[in-house]
Amino acid sequence: MSNAFQVVAAVVDPEIRVVTIADLGILRAVEEDPVTGRVVVTITPTYTGCPAMDVIRADIRRALAAAGHPDAEVRTVHSPAWSTDWITDAGRAKLAAAGTAPPAPVRRDGVVPLTLSVRCPRCGSPETEQLSRFGSTACKALWRCRACSEPFDQVKTL
Amino acid sequence: MSGPFAFTLALGDDALIAAQRLAEWTTRAPEMEEDIALANIALDQLGSARLLLTYAGELEGAGRDEDALAFLRDDREFRNCLLVELPNGDFAVTMAKLLALSAYQLPLYTALAGCADERLAAIGGKARKESAYHLDHAALWVKRLGDGTEESHRRMQAGIDQVWPYVHELFAAQPEAPVDPATLRGEFDATVAAVLAEATLAAPQSGWTPAGGRDGVHTEHLSYLLAEMQVLHRAHPGARW
Repeated sequence: MSNAFQVVAAVVDPEIRVVTIADLGILRAVEEDPVTGRVVVTITPTYTGCPAMDVIRADIRRALAAAGHPDAEVRTVHSPAWSTDWITDAGRAKLAAAGTAPPAPVRRDGVVPLTLSVRCPRCGSPETEQLSRFGSTACKALWRCRACSEPFDQVKTL
Repeated sequence: MSGPFAFTLALGDDALIAAQRLAEWTTRAPEMEEDIALANIALDQLGSARLLLTYAGELEGAGRDEDALAFLRDDREFRNCLLVELPNGDFAVTMAKLLALSAYQLPLYTALAGCADERLAAIGGKARKESAYHLDHAALWVKRLGDGTEESHRRMQAGIDQVWPYVHELFAAQPEAPVDPATLRGEFDATVAAVLAEATLAAPQSGWTPAGGRDGVHTEHLSYLLAEMQVLHRAHPGARW
C-alpha cells in the first residue's frame, strides 16, 4: 500500500493533462485514518462551473483504490476561493513546456487585470495579442504570438 | 419574500435562468470567440446556481436537492428577477442584460463574501471573481458597440433602453436579508454610468418599473424557457449522463 497523499497528488487534471491536481493547487488536503485506513480528500474547483470536477473525483477514488485504499471520500470546498497564485512553480513550468502560458500574479486589490504582456510559451516573444477572452476551458483565454504566429492558451489570472 | 431560504433561492434562480438564456447563444453567436465567451459565462452562472440551489434546498429542509429545485418547480415557484428571463434579443440586448446582471452580481457577491453565513460567504467569495470578468466582458462590448458605427450605436442604445426598466426590481429593499439589495444600488449606478459615458450612450430615463419575479409573478417568457430546460428531466426522472 502506498502513501495516500502521493497517490492523490499524482492524479492528472483531465482537461490540462500535463499537470496534476497538486500542481494546480486544487488539491487541498489528504487525511488518512491510521486505524481504519479511510482516506478523506479535500479539493476545490478552479471555477464554480468547472465540468471536470466529477471526473477528478472519480479519478481520485480510482487511483486510491488501485493503490490499496478502497475506502475513500472526496469532499469539495469553496472557501478560500481558488486562485491562480496557488499553481506551483513546477506546475507553471509544465504548462509553459506544453505551450500554455502560465497566469500572471494576482494584483492585491482583487480586480482581475488584463495582462499587458503575455510571453509566447513557444518562442518567448512578448509580442503577443489576445484573440479571445475565453478559451477552450473555463480557466483559459486564447492568445496569438505576432513573432512566430502560433496561437496559444493562457491560464487566466484569477 | 423573506428568510435565508427565499433569499438564497432567488439568487440561485437568477443564476440558473441567466445560464439557460446565455446558453441559447451557443452555435448562434456573431463570431466564434463570442460563442465560446457566452458559453463560458453561462457555465459560470450554472456553477453558482448549483451551489446556491443546493444550499437553498438544505435551508428549506424538505429534502429537495439542486435537481428537484431546478427541474421540478413550475414558473410561479421560481423567484428569479424578470431581467434574466427576458428573451436574448439581438447581441446588443444580450450585452445590455449582461452589463446589468454583472454590475448587480459583482457588488452582491462581494458583500456576501463578508456576510455572517459561512456558506453564502464561500459562494460569494468564489463567484465575485467570475462576475468581475463578466462585467469586464459586457462593458467592453457596450463601449465597442456604443462608440462604434451609427448602426451599432443605435442598436446598443435601444438595447439599454429596452432592458433598463427591469433593473429596478433587483434592488427592492430586504432589510432582513444577509445582504440588503437596496444597499447595492449606488455602486451599480456608478458602474453603469461610467460604462455608458465611455460608450457615448445616453443614460436611460427612469419610468416604468416592472417587478414581480421575487414573488413568482413572471413574464410569459419564463414558461417557455422552463419547458425546454426541464423536459428531459421530467420525461426521464433521475436521468444521468
